[in-house]
Amino acid sequence: MSKIVDGLLYSESHEWVKVDGNVAIVGISDYAQSELGDITYVDMPEPDDEFKAGDDFGAVESVKTSGEIIAPVSGKVVACNTELAEHPELINEDAYSAWIVKIEMSDRSELDSLLNASAYAKLLG
Amino acid sequence: MEEQLKQTCLHDLHLGLGAKMSPFAGYDMPIQYSGIIDEHNAVRNHAGVFDVSHMGEIFISGEDAERFVNHIFTNDVSGLEPGKILYGMMLYEDGGTVDDLLVYKEFEPRRYLLVVNASNIGKDYAWIKMQACRWKVEVDNQSDIWGQIAVQGPEAEKTVTEVLGFSGASDLKFYEFCNHAAADGSRVILSRTGYTGEDGFEIYASPELIRAYWKSLMAAGVKPCGLGCRDTLRFEAGLPLYGDELSAEISPVMAGLSMFCKFDKPEFIGKEAIAAQKAEGAPRRIVGIELQDSAVPRAGYPVELEDGTEVGHVTTGYHSITLGRSLCFALVDSGHAALGTPLFIRIRRRVFPGTVVKKRFYQTNYKK
Repeated sequence: MSKIVDGLLYSESHEWVKVDGNVAIVGISDYAQSELGDITYVDMPEPDDEFKAGDDFGAVESVKTSGEIIAPVSGKVVACNTELAEHPELINEDAYSAWIVKIEMSDRSELDSLLNASAYAKLLG
Repeated sequence: MEEQLKQTCLHDLHLGLGAKMSPFAGYDMPIQYSGIIDEHNAVRNHAGVFDVSHMGEIFISGEDAERFVNHIFTNDVSGLEPGKILYGMMLYEDGGTVDDLLVYKEFEPRRYLLVVNASNIGKDYAWIKMQACRWKVEVDNQSDIWGQIAVQGPEAEKTVTEVLGFSGASDLKFYEFCNHAAADGSRVILSRTGYTGEDGFEIYASPELIRAYWKSLMAAGVKPCGLGCRDTLRFEAGLPLYGDELSAEISPVMAGLSMFCKFDKPEFIGKEAIAAQKAEGAPRRIVGIELQDSAVPRAGYPVELEDGTEVGHVTTGYHSITLGRSLCFALVDSGHAALGTPLFIRIRRRVFPGTVVKKRFYQTNYKK
């Protein structure tokens, strides 16, 4: 059974979002990491890159496959978790502490279209 | 409509072990149990066991058997001693590959066992039957009645000797096999072969016996390994996978496997076509590429020159578990296939620089 954390928002493409003021902290869900298996590489955007919600802005690579990371909200990248360059397996260990990027949101109303924990649990079935 | 997936004789045992299952070659197969990295390392450092019951077993026997096998097979079985095995391909007239396979010279005269890829069993059997009509041979597809496991790794000999009781294992050299008679009288084939770059054995037996062997290996703590690490292991060892590095469009010359094609044989199907490729140079070649970065090149990604010209595509790629480097096989235009050639791989939004290197990324450890 995949872990789902209350208080976070989730996308249907299995990213999680933690809202911190005007900044969205983004990672991939426990379900996503378990589907991918052993993660070996995280392809991250650069700070100041701008994305629209729905753009793929990076990827999480496991031995077997790669999962695109879809921007859950529009905005500008303000930080990347550089620790993942050396230790991508941190996502396997705890998907909810291993954040990937922080995005300064350009449209907070986009958060309304994300799922809360119980809706995400329902999506996973 | 989705075709019903077949199950091997070990299917319920895989589910019991919590394997992640996935369709492969028409079978519902285990991709991983504990994880690809853990299973991969077990085979490199100790031993692991794979269910390869989906592989095909086709027997050829009769008066013309030797000449017929030499007609359809690129390697040379003339004078092949009983108990010896050869690797090679079956080709179409145009040099494209029908399949790559192992040919076992049986201990009975004029009898061979062909072990073929699961995904190609139907195609291969039809192809062989079609070629056989002018020859005095019998072709017998026994793929559904044999189970098969592969015990692979530096501790494989110890494992099959001590856990499974194959006392003759240490006498076999790489690419040799022997027969055993099971208690119920059925035949067991112990073969020192594999697809991992390590020493190891492939064991062919009835489904009942294969289940018993599997259970004994589990009880002894041997690591169950799925198709996920089977692919990472064969890849590091520079071994091709039919469909990726060999196909109807990719000849053995293009794949760099000419050493398994005996051009001094009087004839075999496809010989003229691949002899011409060898003489004139094949238009495209399978190469190894090492990337400087740890981004992962995946099958289908474009291979480019520095100016962006596309010269090929990736066929298999991984961040190598044993070597810790990002490596791939790629099919590229022959003008860019020389060792040391700088090539670039487009991975999503970016282009990563790499270099053509030898395909055998990992130094294999076979028992000669």
